[in-house]
Amino acid sequence: MSTILEVKHLTKKFDDNEVLKDVSFELKKGETLAVIGSSGSGKSTLLRCLNHLSPPDSGQILLEGVNINTPEIDINSIRADMGFVFQDFNLFTHLNILENVMFGPLRVRGLSKKQARQIAAAEIKRVGMIDKIDSYPAQLSGGQQQRISIARALALKPKLILFDEPTSALDPELTGEVLSVMTALANEGMTAIVVTHEMGFARSVADKVIFIDQGLIVEQGEPKIMFATPRHERTRLFLSNFVRLE
Amino acid sequence: MEILRILISELPQFAKGTLVALEVLAGLLIVGLVLGLAIALAEIFGNTLIKFLATTLRKFLWAIPQLVLLFLVFYLPFDLNRMLAAIIALGLCSSAFQSQIFRGAILSIQSGQLEAAKAMGLSKPKIIFYIVIPQMIRLSIGPWTNEFSSELKDTSLAYVVGVVEIMRNAKYIIAYTYGNTAAVYLFVGILYFTLTRIGTSFFYRLEERLWVPGFEKRSG
Repeated sequence: MSTILEVKHLTKKFDDNEVLKDVSFELKKGETLAVIGSSGSGKSTLLRCLNHLSPPDSGQILLEGVNINTPEIDINSIRADMGFVFQDFNLFTHLNILENVMFGPLRVRGLSKKQARQIAAAEIKRVGMIDKIDSYPAQLSGGQQQRISIARALALKPKLILFDEPTSALDPELTGEVLSVMTALANEGMTAIVVTHEMGFARSVADKVIFIDQGLIVEQGEPKIMFATPRHERTRLFLSNFVRLE
Repeated sequence: MEILRILISELPQFAKGTLVALEVLAGLLIVGLVLGLAIALAEIFGNTLIKFLATTLRKFLWAIPQLVLLFLVFYLPFDLNRMLAAIIALGLCSSAFQSQIFRGAILSIQSGQLEAAKAMGLSKPKIIFYIVIPQMIRLSIGPWTNEFSSELKDTSLAYVVGVVEIMRNAKYIIAYTYGNTAAVYLFVGILYFTLTRIGTSFFYRLEERLWVPGFEKRSG
């Protein structure tokens, strides 16, 4: 499998606070990467640096071999190629479900209404929400809204999708329905980076896990190995909290 | 009732005056809307300089009484017709108020939606056009209706620069009849009331029409 994303020596400071200190990793096409770590460890910032919602201070981000962390790059076209799913969904409240998912193909990709509608309908079907096509976001549960926001990201036909704690605002039942959509996507070969506290998902669905602490990658590798035999004391400590809970 | 006969015979004049008042109203609301929207967008999305200029302009327009602005524009050293002067002066005043209606509406849009649009690769002008403005319109209609009815009444100020609108009609009748001042103003009051009701009920209906789930709704 070819490398789709390569991150080299990424750093980010907010004032004097070094949120990311020299982060490097690689992602292959079709892989699902789970990023875990405690709150404030820098994992959401890492995701937001990748599509320049928070521009990084230094380092390289190679998307299919091209460094996108330079001022010359057209960041909007890069963003369109990297889907982003937010913790609190952020659907467009004045648009219905179909229009929300059509929005990317229509307004970002510049496709015709007919083409946009076809793509949107297919993606809405994929997340199992075709019966809600005429509803408005305010009429849906959190889990349903998150599934639509995944469909909205998919409709742009991105090269990879970034998930920023997609289930943190949901109760366990709704979390389940969103995770099963994400699991299906992973099995279909969608490339994704998932910042998550769902250790079950990280362990059983992800191809690779990164454990990040205080802006540094402490450990990365295959989830089954990392969860069973963490090499670092910090990782072991973090994971032990979850083992105890289960 | 002599005054009733006079008022009835003057109805064609009042109809003309009403038409003029509505023209002034439409004109000033359009001036106020365009400039007000520009000020609101500049105050929210502009860089430091643009923000500063917009805020300063808004504060000036806010602080100057409408009458002063009316005379100021009317006596500018170039040839403006009376109606245009009234439209510009009242429109400038209205823009300060309308800008704050739009600004409030824009600021109440969840910032996450704008970030989501940004993350999709949408440019700032497109975000404003496709996300901000459509939501802003829905959130503004209520307070804007308030501004509409207040400006409808303020068109009566245009009479000071000689625009022949409803107040001018009333002054004329009062001048050539005697002792009917209160009756004439009562009639004018009822006329303004009727116009305001027709106008506001139109905007209530528009608000109803544009409503989608998730936006606040006027109850009854």
